[in-house]
Amino acid sequence: MLPNRYKGKLIVVEGIDGSGKSTQITLLSHWLRAQGYAVAFSEWNSSPLVRQTTRRGKKKAMFTPTTFSLIHATDFADRMESYILPLVKAGAVVCADRYAYTAFARDVARGASRNWVRNLYSFALRPSLTFYFRVPLDVAIGRILGGRDAIKYYEAGMDLGLSRNVEESFRIFQGRILDEYEAMAGEMGFHMIDATLSIEEQQRRMRQIVVDALGEVLRTGVLRTAQKGSDGIATAAAVL
Amino acid sequence: MESRQPLQFYSEPLPGVDTSELHGKLIVIEGPDAVGRSTQVRQLKQWLEQEGHAVLDTGMARSALAGKGIQEAKKGNTLGPITMTLFYTTDFADRLENEIIPALRAGFVVLIDRYIFSIMARAIARGEDRKWIEQVAGFALAPHAVYYLRARVKDLVSRVVLGRGAFDYWESGMDLRFGDDKFQSFVRYQRRLIQALDSMASAYNFTIVDATQPAEAIFRELQRHVSALPFEKVDGAGARRRGKRPTVRGTGE
Repeated sequence: MLPNRYKGKLIVVEGIDGSGKSTQITLLSHWLRAQGYAVAFSEWNSSPLVRQTTRRGKKKAMFTPTTFSLIHATDFADRMESYILPLVKAGAVVCADRYAYTAFARDVARGASRNWVRNLYSFALRPSLTFYFRVPLDVAIGRILGGRDAIKYYEAGMDLGLSRNVEESFRIFQGRILDEYEAMAGEMGFHMIDATLSIEEQQRRMRQIVVDALGEVLRTGVLRTAQKGSDGIATAAAVL
Repeated sequence: MESRQPLQFYSEPLPGVDTSELHGKLIVIEGPDAVGRSTQVRQLKQWLEQEGHAVLDTGMARSALAGKGIQEAKKGNTLGPITMTLFYTTDFADRLENEIIPALRAGFVVLIDRYIFSIMARAIARGEDRKWIEQVAGFALAPHAVYYLRARVKDLVSRVVLGRGAFDYWESGMDLRFGDDKFQSFVRYQRRLIQALDSMASAYNFTIVDATQPAEAIFRELQRHVSALPFEKVDGAGARRRGKRPTVRGTGE
């Protein structure tokens, strides 16, 4: 991944489905915005250029592990080239719900080689902070099954023929993804968040890490609106 | 050109593919824009079919998965170089896994108008890292033969002006903002593409074919090369002609 030599910052959340990472990055981005920072948000799999192709492939179950991996990399590349990179260069804080690590975990769980997938994403900007929401498989699965009617075909890894039962396949597949996340956590410098804690406690820890790690650079580099009576970065405690 | 038996993946074997089952022949025609590749592919296909071979022909952006998406993406002005490279690689992977490999398993001659080399050349011409794209495209099968139709930029210019009458936005590399207009940009971009293809020629075993010759002469040269590949021959019309110098006659042109 490319080192971030720009004024802006990139904050990333990772974790398996049901880990609560989307809730947390949404709260964090609102908090940063409330401080006056220029904040942008980028979700996995959301490039307008690639969306139709991904949708077609999923609807008709056309993907192999290789094309599944490549189309997500294409989607990521478009967001990187036309959205994330220009905004970070301009001095914004970009919050990303899932990043290249999702591919590192998921594509490898689908059978792609680790080196190939990592090379594929080598054009990615290295995040300033990556939060990993660590959750036991059963807790995550309980949240997913409680909240939605049906697990989607590729989410459950049904294309891999792990089991004919969707729930069983989902369990096996998410378990593999979890193992991959755990294996790369140290190497990638993830900030671990215990995703079984209360939402408020997780958010408090996230904000503290942001302040500790980025407080100084946020004060001096990042774009923000002028705030009367404010002399720099708020502390996590002051906001909560 | 020596044939590799069986076919091999460059660096990343696709899971679930046993290359010893691939009995067909994989032949690639490469070359820059407007060099006349599609004419040659069409004639080669007709000729090979008359020789009794089943032929599958395929080319860039024709996959069921990504073909339409690429066409749509090229209509706008937001397609970045890495995104373009990966979109085309997705398209290639879809055709490789769903068309090319099944056809090779069934013993077809697969004739491909542009392979990973064009994707790589475009990426390199746009300043992307060569090693990166080589590894990304490493799941491709090394073809039995790659015929590189080589021409100079000025030959391409005259073909575009006399033939199509206008310069295409992407063939001119206008996304790179290389020149004041499409002609200037075309010249600079195509020069880079040719340099990139030239630089792959020896590493990827290209057979270079002089594409400044008349189309009939190019075709005869390609026929000579293809005839030298170790094909199983069909008894009958094709067999009787064996040994004779192949001609363009009878290709239905």
